[in-house]
Amino acid sequence: MLTCAVSLPARLGDLPPAELSMKTRLQAPSGSSKAATGITGFDEVTGGGLPRGRTTLLLGGPGSGKTIFALQFLAYGAGNLAEPGIFVAFEETPARIVANCANFGWKLEELKERRLFFVDAQPLPDLIQAGTFDISGMLAALGVKARKMKAQRIVFDALDVVLALLPDAAAKRAELYRLHMWLVAQGLTGLITAKADDDQHNTFSTPGYGFLQYMVDCSIVLNHRLELGVSQRNLRVQKYRGSRFIEDESPFVIGKQGFDVAIARTLGRKDTEVSAERVSSGIERLDTMLGGGYYRGATVLITGYPGTAKTTLSGAFAEAACLRGERTMFVSFDSDGSEVVRNLTSVGIQLGRFIKDGRLRMISARTLTGSAESLMVHIKALAKEHGARCMVIDPVSTLSRAGNELTAHGVAERLMDWSKASGTTLVCTSLHDELSANAEGVTALHISTMADTWLHLNYLVQAGERNRGMSIIKSRGTAHSNQVRELVLSSEGVTIADTYTAGGEVLMGAMRWEKETAMRLANEDAEVADELKRVSLDAQEAVLQVRAKSLQTELVAKAVEKTLLARANANRGWAQKRGADRMRELRGADVAVKPRAARKK
Amino acid sequence: MKRAEVCKFRLFIADHTQNSAQAVANLRRLCQVHLAGRHTIEIIDVLREPERALAAGVFMTPTLVRYVPGPDVRIVGTLNQTPTVLLALGLGDPAA
Repeated sequence: MLTCAVSLPARLGDLPPAELSMKTRLQAPSGSSKAATGITGFDEVTGGGLPRGRTTLLLGGPGSGKTIFALQFLAYGAGNLAEPGIFVAFEETPARIVANCANFGWKLEELKERRLFFVDAQPLPDLIQAGTFDISGMLAALGVKARKMKAQRIVFDALDVVLALLPDAAAKRAELYRLHMWLVAQGLTGLITAKADDDQHNTFSTPGYGFLQYMVDCSIVLNHRLELGVSQRNLRVQKYRGSRFIEDESPFVIGKQGFDVAIARTLGRKDTEVSAERVSSGIERLDTMLGGGYYRGATVLITGYPGTAKTTLSGAFAEAACLRGERTMFVSFDSDGSEVVRNLTSVGIQLGRFIKDGRLRMISARTLTGSAESLMVHIKALAKEHGARCMVIDPVSTLSRAGNELTAHGVAERLMDWSKASGTTLVCTSLHDELSANAEGVTALHISTMADTWLHLNYLVQAGERNRGMSIIKSRGTAHSNQVRELVLSSEGVTIADTYTAGGEVLMGAMRWEKETAMRLANEDAEVADELKRVSLDAQEAVLQVRAKSLQTELVAKAVEKTLLARANANRGWAQKRGADRMRELRGADVAVKPRAARKK
Repeated sequence: MKRAEVCKFRLFIADHTQNSAQAVANLRRLCQVHLAGRHTIEIIDVLREPERALAAGVFMTPTLVRYVPGPDVRIVGTLNQTPTVLLALGLGDPAA
């Protein structure tokens, strides 16, 4: 039994019968030759969308996303391009389809009023069938509806349900042909979905479809399979008449906004603008080693064994970004966000305050499941939502764990491509497995060739100790230090120690400490010796000064003595003279010259 | 079902296609044999009255709807598998 979800005002006969004939209304395709689907990636794969005014077949197994694809195509046309559409549902009630797709944000309820029309054409289980039938009734009714609402797009969802009711291949074929002719005559952009069991080669042997695949102008295959136990969805355009398209399988996920088809950078796409601006790595001395820091928009790869402070380095970068006021996202695959924050506090990196003010967003990706592809779509969506300018993925090598490595490699590549295109500075860490990777140059996803800056962290075993060594393996476009440096973590922060080399080896840890101590002691000794010398010189100087003072005093005394002597002499002379004069007076004698001269002798 | 009751049919057809012509002929014959004098048949051409088909939710042609007595019984097809049709309509013995 068939029911109609939305009944029309039964205004009969407002169209002359001639109008209803299938072949009367050949509409010229309007505008571009492609009808955009609004599906991220798909329009790039097909160079614009589905063929306008023609029919596309969408084949896929159960749960491959046929209905979502079809509805997104209609919703985008109705909501964004003013191209109303009709959805003919053969398998589910329209109410359920709308409910299932309510979370994609397509505003179906709003569109349903005028732009989007749902027809419930489910054959109910108690349908009584006696003899053969055709679908011209449906087509006639849809034709009227399409004209009334000026529909440009139509979807027949799960056409196989109706075909299954037809008795033989010839009847199926006849109805498909009828449908095709009708679509061509109406000038509608048609999308037919049908179930198909896919095999490894993506060809469908189900009787009846073969004909359909040849008849339509475009054929798309969706598949959903397990790669090493991880779900992987792929989309492939099988044919597209009159247009070039990407022929490979493209992974896709059904995300928050619906379909998201992953495509790598296509040929001829414009190069993204690069920036010469430097951003700090969060460690001052590392910035110096890199000649100023990382480039804005660059991809930085930090590789190392477990515990070599990869997370710490990326945490320092995140903190520096937040301090500059940039929105930052930290994706942690290994531990919870709060754990990372707590652990980084121990080395003086305070991220908690930035989480509070919303600048930093911690994502614990352990909770995200699915293929590498879907992880990336999640991460991309979250980064977009947060408006991140700087991003940390710790560690990116986790991607290879989810599903097969080849896919993961593609994902990592697209992630870097995306971050560059959006100008996001990306810091990825990658785990070195001590057991499997014995060569320094091999990273799990072979992403090291794509990264702009590659820091390698290592344990150097020396004098019975393990110390963290850091070296810059490459840094495109910047002069950088070639030295293996020691990374020192302390509660005050992360820094890079001064380098001491001895016998061609960089001294680290206790040996560095010994060297430092020895130098400090030598310094101290020299200082003491200097001090002693200075003090003794001071003493000598003091002695001399005292001696000079006493000599001076003696000098003064001598002068005084001399004066006294001179005065005494003078006094004596005067007294003698007075005495002689007195005597002469007393004697009344004249001046006796000779005796005085004789006495003087 | 009581034998005396009148049956009312609507038959949705698509123009004069082979299926539709067969269905009309089959329905007429069936009514003459089993419901002589107590039936009405309305034939609706969906190409002429598509709105009615849409309103009734008829998408395959031909479709026979028996709306009296209720509830509705719908049979899709040319109606030439007579025992099935009779069983569905509650008429006669399917083996007959």
